[in-house]
Amino acid sequence: MSQETLRIQKISAHAGSIPGEGTQREFQVCKLIDTTTCIGCKACEVACMEWNDLPFGETVFDNTYQTMPETRWNYWNLILFNEHERDDGTLMWLMRKNQCMHCADPGCLDACPSDGAIVQYTNGIVDFQQEHCIGCGYCITGCPFNIPKFNPETKRVYKCTLCADRVGEGLEPACIKSCPTGCLHFGSKDDMKFLAETRAKQLRDHYNFSNAGVYDPPGVGGTGVIYVLHDASEPENYGGLPKNPRVPLTVKLWKGPLKWLGNVAMVGGLIGLFVHYLRFGPKSREEEFEKKHEGEQP
Amino acid sequence: MSAAEYREHPSQPVPPGRILRYGFRERLTHWLAGFSYLYLLLTGLAFWSPWLFWLAIALGGGQVSRMLHPWIGLLFIIAVVQMFFLWASQMGITDNDRAWFRSVGHYIRNEDEAMPPVGRYNAGQKLLFWGFFFCGILLFLSGLVLWFPEYIPWSLRWFRYIAVIVHASTALLTIGLFMIHVYMGVFAERGALDSVIYGDVTEDFAKRFHPAWYKELIGSAPRRK
Repeated sequence: MSQETLRIQKISAHAGSIPGEGTQREFQVCKLIDTTTCIGCKACEVACMEWNDLPFGETVFDNTYQTMPETRWNYWNLILFNEHERDDGTLMWLMRKNQCMHCADPGCLDACPSDGAIVQYTNGIVDFQQEHCIGCGYCITGCPFNIPKFNPETKRVYKCTLCADRVGEGLEPACIKSCPTGCLHFGSKDDMKFLAETRAKQLRDHYNFSNAGVYDPPGVGGTGVIYVLHDASEPENYGGLPKNPRVPLTVKLWKGPLKWLGNVAMVGGLIGLFVHYLRFGPKSREEEFEKKHEGEQP
Repeated sequence: MSAAEYREHPSQPVPPGRILRYGFRERLTHWLAGFSYLYLLLTGLAFWSPWLFWLAIALGGGQVSRMLHPWIGLLFIIAVVQMFFLWASQMGITDNDRAWFRSVGHYIRNEDEAMPPVGRYNAGQKLLFWGFFFCGILLFLSGLVLWFPEYIPWSLRWFRYIAVIVHASTALLTIGLFMIHVYMGVFAERGALDSVIYGDVTEDFAKRFHPAWYKELIGSAPRRK
């Protein structure tokens, strides 16, 4: 469908131009998660499984309010729970809905070697195309948020799609629709940033959370999922949300300078050997020549 | 094989005027390494660059290439270890080899008469051997991590970060060695390719490229003619 391909602005491991790059004007979409009003009800977890028809998997009880230790190939949306003790000895129950962050500079897409297995739509959604996935797991290495998960049965990798199928039809993602407290919002990135900053200011001015702020990490170019945190200076408290996430340096080196260096060296080497052969030829020629003329008298 | 075995080689008669250079096990190991490396090279290049991804398609598709690459890698590392046991004792770097490296310019310009006398392996061949051995070990270890990235827990993700860069850089080093090796064996030293297929070389070949080895074999035994 041409309408679909025009919506693509980045393709993994693609030799050639990108059909949708700069051809359509579209809003960057964004999911806003206000951790200060999340009650950990897990309606979003259920809605995610229902809309995406994911098979039910075993939950793991670990004496907290968390369904399982981390997201799975068939469990893309997980509320992480942490009982955080503050300096004054009081406790906070921190709930963070964890899923793909839909980075503007996605490490999974950088690392992927298979043409078209990972795409980024012009609205910012990063989506895996499993029919092109070869199951190498490089996306797992490229992701700074531990999101892509390998399915050993199909040998392909899966993750949250930000309900790209719903968003394409003008609907909000399933998790947003299910949230009973209104802690989840969906809209354009600009609107969500404004809403988030307003809420953070409210928390700072009226609720005594002087470090309240918005999590939209610049290290990955900003994300299509942003958080309002009570304490934005310590995101690690929220189920290990990285403070300054970046695509791993070795992945950047491998896909950047090393690739150039390697390609130049390989092509240069081939040319060099060919030129050497033209200039000096094989080592055995003189011997053969001598042998040929062995019987001849000078 | 020891020098005595090359002289006697009761298992493999060679025509008169020719000398056994590679025994059956050596040839078999070489080609196990060679063919497995070729597959690893082609599929590896497919994963290296989008421009070469068609190689994976041509070899059965991306999924098949991803599935077989590690298994063929196991064959390759078996061959490399086998080579270590066959040849490591002959690959020690000597003062003669250091002198060889100093005059490598003559070797490149085919001025072989200016080179120090070479034994069974010249210093370049020894470098190739150790290069492939150490890169092979690194490729194997990093490859194990890349084979099962999903089983590396998040707390040990540094293994994966190190593995991707080590696997790619050591693979590039071996590609450099491989290109020179194929060029020397197929194009530059005529007779070398035959020697690793049939096992024997002409006396001229031995005298010209491995005079010290030739002397060791012939000088200590009566010539069979």
